[in-house]
Amino acid sequence: MDEINLNQLKPRLDELAGLGRTALLPAIHAVQELYGYAHPEALKEVGRVLNVPLADIYGVVNFYTLFYAEPVGKTIIHVCGDPACAMAGADSVLKMANQKVEQRILDGQLMETITVERSACLGLCEHAPAMLVQGAAVGQASQRIWEEMAEGRSRRPHSIVGGDISILTANCGHGHTTYLNEFKARGGYAGLRRAIKMDPADVIEMVKASGLVGRGGAAFPTGAKWEGAAKAAADQKYVVVNADEAEPGTFKDRVMMEDDPHRILEGLIIAAYAIGASKGYWYIRGEYAYSFQVVGKAIKEAKAAGILGEDILGTGFNFDVEVRRGAGAYICGEETALFESIEGKRGFPRVKPPFPTTSGLFGMPTVINNVETLANIPFILEHGAKTYRYYGTEKSPGPKLFCVSGDVVRPGLYEVPFGVSMRHLIFGLAGGMREGRTFKAALVGGAAGAFTNQEHLDTRLSFEDLRSVGLPLGSGVITVFDDTRIMKEILLRLTHFFAEESCGKCYPCQMGTQRQYEIMQRIAEGKPLPDDINRLTQVGWTMTDASLCGLGQTAASAILSAIKIWPELFVAERA
Amino acid sequence: MADQITLTIDGQTIQVPAGTTIHKAALQAGIQIPTICYHDFCTANALCRICVVEVEGSRTLVASCVAKVSNGMKILTQTERVLQARKTILEMLAASVDLSEADDIQGLIEEYGASSTRFPDAERREMLVIDDNPMYIRDYSKCILCWRCVQVCAEDAQYTFAINFSGRGYETQISTFFDLPLPETTCVFCGQCVGVCPTGALKPKREFMLELGYTPDEIMSLTRGERRRRMRR
Repeated sequence: MDEINLNQLKPRLDELAGLGRTALLPAIHAVQELYGYAHPEALKEVGRVLNVPLADIYGVVNFYTLFYAEPVGKTIIHVCGDPACAMAGADSVLKMANQKVEQRILDGQLMETITVERSACLGLCEHAPAMLVQGAAVGQASQRIWEEMAEGRSRRPHSIVGGDISILTANCGHGHTTYLNEFKARGGYAGLRRAIKMDPADVIEMVKASGLVGRGGAAFPTGAKWEGAAKAAADQKYVVVNADEAEPGTFKDRVMMEDDPHRILEGLIIAAYAIGASKGYWYIRGEYAYSFQVVGKAIKEAKAAGILGEDILGTGFNFDVEVRRGAGAYICGEETALFESIEGKRGFPRVKPPFPTTSGLFGMPTVINNVETLANIPFILEHGAKTYRYYGTEKSPGPKLFCVSGDVVRPGLYEVPFGVSMRHLIFGLAGGMREGRTFKAALVGGAAGAFTNQEHLDTRLSFEDLRSVGLPLGSGVITVFDDTRIMKEILLRLTHFFAEESCGKCYPCQMGTQRQYEIMQRIAEGKPLPDDINRLTQVGWTMTDASLCGLGQTAASAILSAIKIWPELFVAERA
Repeated sequence: MADQITLTIDGQTIQVPAGTTIHKAALQAGIQIPTICYHDFCTANALCRICVVEVEGSRTLVASCVAKVSNGMKILTQTERVLQARKTILEMLAASVDLSEADDIQGLIEEYGASSTRFPDAERREMLVIDDNPMYIRDYSKCILCWRCVQVCAEDAQYTFAINFSGRGYETQISTFFDLPLPETTCVFCGQCVGVCPTGALKPKREFMLELGYTPDEIMSLTRGERRRRMRR
């Protein structure tokens, strides 16, 4: 084992020392920044300072894909391997990157300097094929020269934003981040100013009246969630921003954080005021290094301006927020797994009940909301529930962001009122299929979603309409496939994703995602066993019905929907 | 006096104290719901999902070892959904690990008509036996990841924290810090983990050697060196 100088680590750990185990992920991030990987000697120091058992620390390092227990290259390149990027040529990019690294080794150049890895969806689907070079996003990687990418000289791709309305995205897609001065000049923090003069109970009433439901996928009524936490008796309550966006095909939260962080912060402060929380956490997936930076800066600005911290806007209300980085784990988007991660543990989802509103982060009443959900709050508070309900349908009020990617002319983030048709979104806003191609299918709701063919193109995009045809709205993902796509290949990638991302806690998902991947491998190779379609179905239903959390319960959703639409794909072709 | 809850299990109406789990309530009605990971002296984590039952009004099946009863609850413990889930879980387990010494699970496999060969060509979790101390061996190809050993090593009993997990998903394993041999960890060889292991993955070294065919005398002489080294420390 190589010797390391722990003196560099000590000042970093001193800052975290009083926090205990909750500082474990930040401490491991610090260790990696200093020593290149999770060096065991450095981890021992972390354990001593934070008072965490070493076996537990190793367990945490092993859980998150961005933590490395072995030495890795100075530069780490992540190439996305999920559907939208794969269809745009990510496999060739990965192969090319690997060849370049091999060539460098043959040429005798510093052999350990670059590590190339295939990664789960990076949330850059509109820029496919995408990769991260040392955390920095690179888009359209297949059209760039290696030297440009490997040295991190390519520019961060700009967000692509469009749609029929721009309530949530008013400050997005302009090619720069809307920081505090611009945000205020465009009317920002008016919602907070109004909320903070109201009784917290009235704020909750207004959110309830708006009909807003969570935008992370579960669609739980936001007002009811806030009310639950507000009524829970406790000295300490928390609000948490769930920015662990990792559903393949989803990138809306990244765009919002990078382009308009204050809108989300405003929603968060209002939430904290409504339930009486004095502390918040903003948990951003580890792959979103730039979002982490932007949000950190926005929070500093807000503190300096008296919008955050002590005595907010002179009202005596105190609230502070801490930004946390994930470290590569899809499961941490599950709310209780996210709490575990903030608490410095492996991201295992908890048994529910108890629900977060009574026993959440550190066992205290907690409201956890998705980025997009919170971004709706300022508008509701500023303009009122009635104006908000002017948009959307009766049962699905308000604006909605859709992430459209895959085989369309203009992949991007589109804001529409609930109720427009899928056809409008795909063919109108996103420009339809490329020349000479026809529409084959769309995956609605991401890897955890379901496939549909042209049959439902005219279905309205609302919770109630989609539910009536058995499609989940999920977090608002639509990945489009044209007639040239081999669906078996796409399905194989989805099963690979879940096998990689299952946390391993409950049996149905731990083993089911693996079995599902194995069976799908046989099918993709054209060599299914006679009963494989039934095996897939049984594994799928068992995961759906018996898994502990939402990940396992939806890990077979796309496959089960594909079996319905294309049963012929899952049986041996006749010779 | 604790509040009494009235509920129905498989058509029987019973009364149990508030806070009782469905599993315990069922026992009171004479219904034995199967369990694998559950242990009376460990925190229940509801992870094996063998104990799932159907609760009226619930979208998914419910783990009876942790779910508490409530008034008017209607529970079914033997429906087709329940039986299918239990059977598939057992079949996947049999395709993953060596259950040759897990008599209880073998019994469940028989009871639920599960086939041990339902998943041909499945990747099994096969590992070499770890024999790194004089007290017990670790044969993780028999490990079903019930978590009991990790829990008794931590807050459920010993507060030693010698073992935790490595890997994730299907690759999850029980592990020490950087896979160090147990004598180099905080392990105090209390034996609690061996005591709660349901599958023979953790086993006293002496038992392991007896099974391999060594006589007690041979075992004494073979392990003398290890015992002496420990005494000198």
